[in-house]
Amino acid sequence: MQWKLMCEQQDLIEGAGIAAMLDGQQIALFYVPEAKQQVFAISNWDPIGKANVLSRGLLANLKEEWTVASPLYKQHFELQSGRCLEEEGLSIPTWQAKLEQGKVFVAVS
Amino acid sequence: MTINRLTTDKPRLVVVGNGMVGHHFIEQLIEQGAQQQFAIYVFGEEPHLAYDRVHLSEYFTGKAAADLALTDGQLYDQHGIGYFTNSQVVAIDRDAKSLQLASGDSLSYDLLVLATGSYPFVPPMPGHDRDNTFVYRTLEDLDAIRDCAAKVSRGTVVGGGLLGLEAANALKNLGLETSVIEFAPRLMPVQLDETGGQVLKEMIEGLEVSVYTATATQEIIDGEQAFHRMNFADGSHLETDLILFSAGIRPQDALARQSGLEIGERGGICVNNDCLTSDDSIYAIGECALWNGRIFGLVAPGYSMAKAAAAHIMGASDKRFMGADMSTKLKLLGCDVGSIGDAHAQTQGCKSFVYQDELTQSYRKMVVSEDGKKLLGAVLVGDNSYYDTLLQYYLNGIDLPNNAQSLILPSMDGAPAALGVDALPATASICSCHNVSKQDISDAVCAGALSVGDVKGVTKAATGCGGCAALLKKVVDNELLALGVEVSTDICEHFAYTRQDLYNLIKIEGIKSFAELLQKHGKGHGCEICKPAVGSILASVWNDYVLKKEHIGLQDTNDRFLANMQKDGTYSIVPRIAGGEITPDKLIVLGQVAKDYGLYTKITGGQRIDLFGATLAQLPEIWEKLVAAGFETGQAYGKSLRTVKSCVGSTWCRYGVNDSMGMAIHLENRYKGLRSPHKIKFAVSGCTRECAEAQSKDIGVIATEGGWNLYVCGNGGMKPRHADLFATDLDDETLVKYIDRVLMFYTKTADRLQRTSVWMENLEGGLDYLKEVVIDDKLGLADELERSMQHVVDTFQCEWKTTLEDEQALKNFRQFVNYEGGDENVVFVEERNQIRPATEAEKQQLIAKAG
Repeated sequence: MQWKLMCEQQDLIEGAGIAAMLDGQQIALFYVPEAKQQVFAISNWDPIGKANVLSRGLLANLKEEWTVASPLYKQHFELQSGRCLEEEGLSIPTWQAKLEQGKVFVAVS
Repeated sequence: MTINRLTTDKPRLVVVGNGMVGHHFIEQLIEQGAQQQFAIYVFGEEPHLAYDRVHLSEYFTGKAAADLALTDGQLYDQHGIGYFTNSQVVAIDRDAKSLQLASGDSLSYDLLVLATGSYPFVPPMPGHDRDNTFVYRTLEDLDAIRDCAAKVSRGTVVGGGLLGLEAANALKNLGLETSVIEFAPRLMPVQLDETGGQVLKEMIEGLEVSVYTATATQEIIDGEQAFHRMNFADGSHLETDLILFSAGIRPQDALARQSGLEIGERGGICVNNDCLTSDDSIYAIGECALWNGRIFGLVAPGYSMAKAAAAHIMGASDKRFMGADMSTKLKLLGCDVGSIGDAHAQTQGCKSFVYQDELTQSYRKMVVSEDGKKLLGAVLVGDNSYYDTLLQYYLNGIDLPNNAQSLILPSMDGAPAALGVDALPATASICSCHNVSKQDISDAVCAGALSVGDVKGVTKAATGCGGCAALLKKVVDNELLALGVEVSTDICEHFAYTRQDLYNLIKIEGIKSFAELLQKHGKGHGCEICKPAVGSILASVWNDYVLKKEHIGLQDTNDRFLANMQKDGTYSIVPRIAGGEITPDKLIVLGQVAKDYGLYTKITGGQRIDLFGATLAQLPEIWEKLVAAGFETGQAYGKSLRTVKSCVGSTWCRYGVNDSMGMAIHLENRYKGLRSPHKIKFAVSGCTRECAEAQSKDIGVIATEGGWNLYVCGNGGMKPRHADLFATDLDDETLVKYIDRVLMFYTKTADRLQRTSVWMENLEGGLDYLKEVVIDDKLGLADELERSMQHVVDTFQCEWKTTLEDEQALKNFRQFVNYEGGDENVVFVEERNQIRPATEAEKQQLIAKAG
């Protein structure tokens, strides 16, 4: 596993997401200061709405789990696992992410 | 584990077939603890364990085999059930009670359950086995179809039944020019009557799928332009590259036949109500079983058979199989189709009601008993919202109301007449996939399942096809009410308050941020329900800039990016054009900007110009140009005042009695910054000819000889409602005063996303009460309402202008934080000389060409 530098911490938006490119793949980075992990990386692709928009969804904390609600049709995806709460069996890719000395890293295998 | 080495002291129970029904049977056994008594083995022919064949098509739309899997072997391992995939059972020796496998192994059994399912019927026409011909049954079939479709351009489905149309949809989504060929004179001949089939045919043809009914294929030979040529009985022909047979199923009864079990005349293993075959140590369940002369080709009856067989094996007799309802509701190629009971009106003496609307292509038929009291069957094409209610009348034999036809007539206030769940008997089947009755749900609620989610967990209701989810919610709510449990009006799990409560808290306590409100009155960290609602309240009370650091995370995508998100993730841009009045210079700027950025341009329903297809990163540059040319944000993205539509009034029109144009511009500029619970629209007409259609708006103003007539709380949209006349012959000042008060009272007291029409209907006393508050100032609130509105008016800012001046806010609009390129999934094609988003099929074609 290798940590890849994505951007500076100040590029993130508190309590919301931004899109980034990781080896040709679109990902969404969420900055959640209240969460233990603080920064999450998931795929930017909404498999239901079929568009690269998850970075523009609203963060929702449901039953203690951090999720993003797709801005298109509002399905929730867990930031940690990528699981979709509304569609059983559907999940999206996620990556490990971390904040270190003001920089944002995502793990690639 | 090799089969020959299996040893056990327990009697052996062997299941042949690991499809949906075979797997459900194992689940039933496990639930009843059968693994304590029996050594259980399962044999499946396919390389995968059981998977969801009902949703097979989703394999084409992104689901992996693992997503469709019903089990991953863990369940079997955990309960000590031996399972073998890729294992075909080729013979049964009933005397020796042993099975012969294709591998050469054999295995003895004490009890045998055949769940061998069915196979697709392929009409034996010459050429049916050519290359590039397929059936639609297994994941392997779908892999082969996908591989073939990637190389060719035309596909044809033989069979216009339920599965055939689903397969046609799949071919269409794979980018093929698609045709459907049905031997019968209409589509879905089993479920639909003649007119229903015809309406469905027209709808499907409208989706660019060619449909040939009453067409028999005689042979398939080499084509000239395409891979195949299908010659039809009437001398015509069709050329196509890929053929998919979906002409019905046949029970897979070869094993049973070979072993001498009793078989029906036209196939199927004969079973009794316990699903026992003519051999009392062999059961048959699912599509291979023939019960009372019938084969059931749906999963729900198969599940019922699995339950019956499992219960009988475990010594219970209360779950006998007594037949099954074959009513179906589905969406085929985007068209609603429903069929209930005796759809063909074959019952002696029955009568029918028919409703047909050729404009919207909908067709509905009810078949009722001779005395008109009971529903015997129904056909629905085009709109399935009538299905649930009709099904309940049918399944539960509920007496029809006096004007039974109202059950299929379009209802003037939007929703079809619904059967109150109170009227359903306790035995009413709510979820037919898992056979859950109203009583089961009631029991679950009494036992402590107090939410729909909990009830789903306990009863499995709504976890099959999901078609009963809405009904389930109603039943659960009804049961909770009956128990005296208050059905929560909390906005969400983070705030135990309504929107109105939150408004009051924010206003009275002077709360300025979501974090502060959460800390004082909420719990957790918020969600997509409470955040935008609070964001909107904060904006309507304090009118802060919405992209401030502490507010940005509250905004739904449209508010966050100050534009309207479209289906492909691009945005549309709607600058304000107050009253629809625009100078030629400004028109030219809009045209030039649209041209420079290649945007699609359309006049909106509210007399503005909408520019579509801008990417996130283009928004600031485009708005920079628009702001420089004197435009300001149209707030067409927000829950706020959208447009004030207008005619030209007395300025130009020979009938106009007052300056509607001037008034429209004045009103639009006054209320343009107001954040409200729902979007609101106005219109001003210059005379009673009503060219601006003011009576279909939240606020409508119509000029009279004596001043202005004010109409309130109307709307278009899903459930149109005419506005009510609120006051007559008002002067300009009084008109504005009343509008201030109505709008602010609405903003303060309505629920989240509640339209003015619903809000007024829910006010106790309705229109008269609203008049008392606004005109007579019954609550003494008039001054306060006007002051609140004046604050909003005075603090208006163009959000785009503010954003362009704010470095921090602009960072929000980068497409990617670490990459300069754009989104490759955003692809446009041209239509009528402008761009539009490419469909999935077009994208796949473009990719195929590029590859």
